[in-house]
Amino acid sequence: MLEDKDRIFTNIYGRFDQSLAGAMARGHWDGTAGLIEKGREWIINEMKASGLRGRGGAGFPTGLKWSFMPKSNPDGRPSYLVVNADESEPGTCKDRDILRHDPHTLVEGCLLAGFAMGAVAAYIYVRGEFIREREALQRAIDEAYEAKLIGKNNKNGYDFDIYVHHGAGAYICGEETALLESLEGKKGQPRLKPPFPANVGLYGCPTTVNNVESIAVAPTILRRGAAWFSGIGRPNNVGTKLFMLVGHVNTPCTVEEAMGITFRELVEKHGGGIRGGWDNLLAVIPGGASCPVVKAEDIIDCPMDFDGLRERKSSFGTAAVIVMDKSTDIVKAIARLSYFFKHESCGQCTPCREGTGWMWRVMERLVRGEAHKREIDMLLDVTKQVEGHTICALGDAAAWPIQGLIRNFRPEIERRIDEFSRNSHRAEPVLVAAE
Amino acid sequence: MSVRRLAEASVQPASFAFNKAFTAQAKTWIKKYPKGREQSAVIPLLMLAQEQDGWVTKAAIEHVADMLGMPYIRALEVATFYTQFQLKPVGTRAHIQVCGTTPCMLRGSEELMDVCRSKIHHDQFHTNEAGTLSWEEVECLGACVNAPMVMIFKDTYEDLTPERLGEIIDQFEAGKGEQVKTGPQTGRVYSAPLTGFTSLKEEKGVLKTTRDKEAKAASKAAKAAVVEATVPPSNAAKPKTDAIETSPAVKTPSKVKAAPAAEKAASVAAPKPSLEDKNRPVGIARPVAVDDLKLISGVGPKIEGTLHELGIFTFAQVASWKKAEREWVDGYLNFKGRIERDDWVKQAKALAKGGVAEYIRVFGKKPV
Repeated sequence: MLEDKDRIFTNIYGRFDQSLAGAMARGHWDGTAGLIEKGREWIINEMKASGLRGRGGAGFPTGLKWSFMPKSNPDGRPSYLVVNADESEPGTCKDRDILRHDPHTLVEGCLLAGFAMGAVAAYIYVRGEFIREREALQRAIDEAYEAKLIGKNNKNGYDFDIYVHHGAGAYICGEETALLESLEGKKGQPRLKPPFPANVGLYGCPTTVNNVESIAVAPTILRRGAAWFSGIGRPNNVGTKLFMLVGHVNTPCTVEEAMGITFRELVEKHGGGIRGGWDNLLAVIPGGASCPVVKAEDIIDCPMDFDGLRERKSSFGTAAVIVMDKSTDIVKAIARLSYFFKHESCGQCTPCREGTGWMWRVMERLVRGEAHKREIDMLLDVTKQVEGHTICALGDAAAWPIQGLIRNFRPEIERRIDEFSRNSHRAEPVLVAAE
Repeated sequence: MSVRRLAEASVQPASFAFNKAFTAQAKTWIKKYPKGREQSAVIPLLMLAQEQDGWVTKAAIEHVADMLGMPYIRALEVATFYTQFQLKPVGTRAHIQVCGTTPCMLRGSEELMDVCRSKIHHDQFHTNEAGTLSWEEVECLGACVNAPMVMIFKDTYEDLTPERLGEIIDQFEAGKGEQVKTGPQTGRVYSAPLTGFTSLKEEKGVLKTTRDKEAKAASKAAKAAVVEATVPPSNAAKPKTDAIETSPAVKTPSKVKAAPAAEKAASVAAPKPSLEDKNRPVGIARPVAVDDLKLISGVGPKIEGTLHELGIFTFAQVASWKKAEREWVDGYLNFKGRIERDDWVKQAKALAKGGVAEYIRVFGKKPV
C-alpha cells in the first residue's frame, strides 16, 4: 500500500490548509526556479524517463507529448498549454478534488509544463458545473500571481500567464480538439486530425492539451526524480494514480494509490468491501463509462493499470471504478450509459449521431426483453459500424460498453427475451428501433 | 444529441443588459483572451447572463453577440449546443438538477427523481404552480463518489437520501436555501470514505519538514546498504479466509492463471525408461504365428508395432508380465497407468486361453 509520504496529492480531502502557505508547507512550489534553470530538455527528458502516461484515459506518454511542441516559432505564433479540466466521464471525479482542494499542484504544474513546451500562457478549461471548484482554482492562481510565482517578471524566471476558462455542460468538450473549439467560443465539435494540435491548435497556434492530473503530478515528479515515480507500480504502468470507487462499495471514495494495485486490495483497503460481501459482486466498469464492463471473477485479482485491464478486454480509462453488486439491473445500467452517449453526441458524424440513438432505443427494449434474439447480434454489428468511423472517440466510447455487455452478459439478455415472449400478450415483439 | 430551442416569444423579454457588477466581470473575462479572439468569452458571458436572469433569453444571446462582435447565429449555436444553458424560465427559488447517469443511478438517483416528481412537477423543466421550483435530470455532474447528488444553482448536495432531498427542497421553497449545508449530507469529509480516513490521516506525514527529515535518514540508510529497487509482491490476491461474509477461496478461481500452453511448457516429462532396464519384459524372436495384439483393448496398430519392436508377439507374453514389467512398459509407452486400468494381463490371459470366445465369456463383450 502506498504510504502518505509517497502521495502527490497531499490535501485531496481538503482537510488541511488550502492556501499557498499551506501548500508550500506540504512541499509544493519548492525549488521551482531551480527546476526551470535546468532547462526545457531536462524537464522533457525527466518526464519521459518517469514513464508517466496521460491520466485522462488514453494513457499517452506525457513527456513524449510535450516533446512534439515546436522548439522555436519562426512564424511568430505563440504556443499554448491547455489543461483539460472538463471532467465529465461518468464515474470520474478526481480532477474535482484536485481543483478544489489541491489547486497549487496544478498551478505549479502549468508553469513547469508551459516552460517545457515554450508556451506563453495556459488556459485551464474547467467544466461548467464545477463552479465552486473554479472559484477555488482562481483563488490559488490569484495567490500565485500575488506571490510573484507566475505572471510577468516572476520569481521563477519564466514569464507565464494562467487563465481559467469554463464550459457549459458538454461531455464532448473533454475531447481535445472539441475543447479547443469550445475555448474559441464555438460549438464543441471535434476537429479532423491532422493537423494535430501541436501544430495547429488553439487560435491556430501550437498547443498541447493535457489532463489536470497529468499536469498536477509533474512538479512532484521533477522534484523527487523520475526514478522515484517509475519505481512505483509495474513496468509500463508506473506511478501513483487517483482512484475513484463508485457504486456498490460500502464506502465510496477517491484515493491516491499505486498503479497496479489489485482490485481486491483497493476495495478492501479503501472501499470498505463490496456491499453484501465479495460473493455479491456482479461486475465492474473499471475506468469510467466508456470502458467495457468486466465480470466479477475476471476483475477480483486484476492489477488496476493500463495493461492489466487491457488483458481483461477493458481499459483503465480514468481509474473510475464503478462497482455493481448483484442487485444491479446490468442491462439497464448499460442502457443508461447508452442514453448518456446519445445525449452527449455532438451531432457532427452520422454514424455517431444516428447510431447512439439507435443503440439506445434497442438497449431500452433489451432491458424489457422486448426483442428478438437475432437483434443482439444486429446490435453488436451496429456497434462495430459506429466504432472507428467517427472523427473523435465518442463513437467508440458509445460502442464499447454495449460490446462489453453482450460479451459478458449475453445469457442474461436472452433470458429476458425468453421471459418477455413467454409472458407477452402479443404474439410478436413490436419493433420500434430502426426508425 | 439533444434538440434544444429557444423559449416562445411570449415569455421572451424585450431587452437585456448586464448590471454593474456583471459588466465588470464580463470585462475581465474578455480581457483573458488575445486581441481579436473575444469570441472565446461567449460561454462565460452567457453564463453570467443566466446567473443574472435565471435563464438565457434571446435578448441576452444577442446582447452578448454584440458585445463580442460575433454574428447572432454563432452565439445562438453556442447557447443551444451547451446543455447547461437554460433556454426557458426555471424555478426562481431553486432549479434542481438531479444527476441520473449510471453511477448515481446505482446509488438511487431514481428515487430522488420520484421525490422531485411528487414535490415539484411530474415533468422536468416545468415549474410548480407558484413558479418557484423546477427540476431536470442531467448527465453526470462529476461527483460520482458522493452519489446520489443534486445541484442547485452553484452548489452540490451529495450523498442524498430521498428524505433528505425532500427536506432540502422544502427549505429552498421556504426561501432558506442558503442555510442548507452544501456538499455531503452524511457528515463525511468530501470524497473521503464515510467510516474514516484510509490515507492522509495526519498532516504531519505529508509536511515538507517531515519529508525532508525522512529523506535525510533514508539517504543515510541507502549509503549504508545497497537497496534493491524492486517492488515487493502484493499480498492483495490472498483470500481472506476468516472473513465472515464471504469465503473468496471457495468461489474465486485460483489467483494463478495459467494458460494450457504455459502449463504444458512448464511441466517436465518423465524420463523414458531405458531399454537396458532389468524390468524390461523378455522379448522373443518373431514367431510364425503372431497373435493379433490389437484385440487387447488399449492396443492400436501403433502400439502393436512398438510392442513388436520390444519382442512382444503373443498374448501369453503379455499375460505373464509382472507388476514391475507392466510399469516399465507403461512408462515406455508413456501410458500413464493405462495398462493397469485396462487390465491388459486379464485380457491377454483370456485371449491366450480361448481366443475371442473366451474373451466374450470373461468380459461379456467382444474385444475391440
